Amino acid sequence: MHSRNWSHRNSSRTDVTTGTSTPRTAELEFKGVGVSPGIAIGAAFIVAPDDDTVVMREITVADVPRELQRFENALVVTRQQIHDLQHRMTAELGQESAQIFEAHLLMLEDRAILDEVVRVLKTKLQNIEFVVQQVAERYTQALLRLEDDYLRERAVDVRDIARRLLRNLAGHSSSALADLDQPCIVIAHDLSPSETAGLNREKVLGFATDLGSPTSHTAIMARALGIPAVVGMHDISLRVAANDAVLVDGQHGQVFIQPARERLERYERKAKDRRTIQARLTTLRDQPARTRDGYDIPLAANIEQPSDVDSVLTNGAVGIGLYRTEFLFVKSDHLPTEDEQAAAYEDVARRVAPYPAIIRTMDIGGDKFVSHLKMPQQVNPFMGWRAIRFCLAQPDIFKTQLRAILRASTLRNVKIMYPMISNVKEVIEANRLLAEAKTELAARSVAFDPDIEVGVMIEVPSAALTADLIAPHIRFFSIGTNDLVQYTLAVDRVNELVTNLYEPTHPAILKLIKNTIDVGHEHGLWTGVCGEMGGNPLLVPLLIGLGIDELSINAPGIPLVKDVIRSLRFSQAEELAQQALRSGSAEEVLANCRALVNHTAPEILELVE
Amino acid sequence: MEIARDESNALTRIVTIQNRFGIHARPAALFVKTANRFQCDISVEKDDVRVSGKSIIGLMTIEGYQGATIRISATGADAPEALDALEELVAQKFFED
Repeated sequence: MHSRNWSHRNSSRTDVTTGTSTPRTAELEFKGVGVSPGIAIGAAFIVAPDDDTVVMREITVADVPRELQRFENALVVTRQQIHDLQHRMTAELGQESAQIFEAHLLMLEDRAILDEVVRVLKTKLQNIEFVVQQVAERYTQALLRLEDDYLRERAVDVRDIARRLLRNLAGHSSSALADLDQPCIVIAHDLSPSETAGLNREKVLGFATDLGSPTSHTAIMARALGIPAVVGMHDISLRVAANDAVLVDGQHGQVFIQPARERLERYERKAKDRRTIQARLTTLRDQPARTRDGYDIPLAANIEQPSDVDSVLTNGAVGIGLYRTEFLFVKSDHLPTEDEQAAAYEDVARRVAPYPAIIRTMDIGGDKFVSHLKMPQQVNPFMGWRAIRFCLAQPDIFKTQLRAILRASTLRNVKIMYPMISNVKEVIEANRLLAEAKTELAARSVAFDPDIEVGVMIEVPSAALTADLIAPHIRFFSIGTNDLVQYTLAVDRVNELVTNLYEPTHPAILKLIKNTIDVGHEHGLWTGVCGEMGGNPLLVPLLIGLGIDELSINAPGIPLVKDVIRSLRFSQAEELAQQALRSGSAEEVLANCRALVNHTAPEILELVE
Repeated sequence: MEIARDESNALTRIVTIQNRFGIHARPAALFVKTANRFQCDISVEKDDVRVSGKSIIGLMTIEGYQGATIRISATGADAPEALDALEELVAQKFFED
């Protein structure tokens, strides 16, 4: 290592020149919220935030060597990057223009700065990122105070180098996610839907993020992919170094950095047990989701893109209960055309036929944004201009999607679902635009299913309470429990500070679900659940007892839920639901749910507890 | 030019910056690269501000404009050679003008 560049040979600082030492060997434990079960072990891949924010955290004397090692590694990488840049610039623009990089390299090797970084790190005991930023900023300010214009501009160079260093310390920018080439555990402050949409899913073994909650996008995606994930870890992205060994326990919400050997052995034994249980579950694939007393609950799957259909079929789902089309929009660099959309929808419909595919019109604007769609900044996007509200205000965009869905309906297994309905007027207006879309296709002599079924998502309390007004205009309800809980309990589902208040078994939620199901049945409609609640094996008996007709969940969770259903009697579920509706306590309801599953399918508790 | 030993046993030389734009980034870079060829500790002082002769940012912040007088000090076995080389660099106007 090139440590000689930044340490005095003849001083007590020679201890930083540990070029061959490995970082910390002691295990570090973090606790968060487990949002996708399973165990993953791999090397840390850190996603740096794009905004270069550096957070101060205190370290201990024991952490100093490790922080110095990270600094040294970052220096080596940064030096290489500048060298490369210098060569490229020399080739393209000539030596003269590339000379500034000579100065950059010298700044990077500047003893005064490097010594100061080491000294501050050791005396203030703050993380290396923060120290580097502070020291660089001090020199930047010193340059900015100079009278000479030219030298003042060199402040930019110092900042530039510091930023480069910080980025290399942090790991990778989010754009690197698409190019993952080694299996790894992705660690980030937060992951936006566009970042997760862009990542190379095959290489991700697990996730751990500072922010997030069970219903944040990372969590939902991790479950959909069957990848272990823990969120709400506060500052793990700052406390782990790139390529550290990481163990993610998605079941218990634990993450271990540089796990001890005994821990690894214990986890390997557990993993073996899980595989045994899961192997048994896969034999259920071709069995119906039927209670012991003969009550069928169709289990459908939620998907985000056509490539997810494989997992739907291998896990034995009987159709798609929620196709989140917004990812088509998030992933593309332009507004997807009718043809592009139709191709995706037709692909999905054809592959799941004869089972149904429920295509949800785009839900853009809550936590999913699209750069090529003009969206104003909103202080409270979840309650803002999103989903059906956005679509009704942009009838051209909306009708393009409706035409594309209609074109995919020729096998008569496609249904349309409107998201985020809060009043019946929106349903009527959306249906009017659907009728226009049909007329337009007919005028073009394009085939479609004229009787295509239309349903709405029940995720806003006002829609659940006025289900009777909405019912005459549609054919089915699908309860989106994630947002229904968020809106009813006024709990931001992506704010980890209020995760404890996010209670799906809250009496208010149960009443809204019950009302929706009952109204549906009075009007001859079926009601499904397409939120996370339906994928929680503990809560499935409760939903069944409340009268739910279908569950749509993440494909990897289907065998588990099927096992719960097949171990259950409908009468037990009904009794549980009656008890729950009388109870005033979310905790009590949850405890009863757990007790029932513990009684009927104890092996499932083994997997989910 | 004068050569002297200061109280800390350092050799020092006082030189005047002659190139038109003073110690800018490129001259500072050349100064540091030259200084780094030697083992001795090197410092540069101007108007009571003292910086390391091996720190490019330090050198830039002393504002060595044309006509400014700086004191270069070196401590160590190869101090005389280092001072010769640095003095030559300044005298050659950093090969700029």
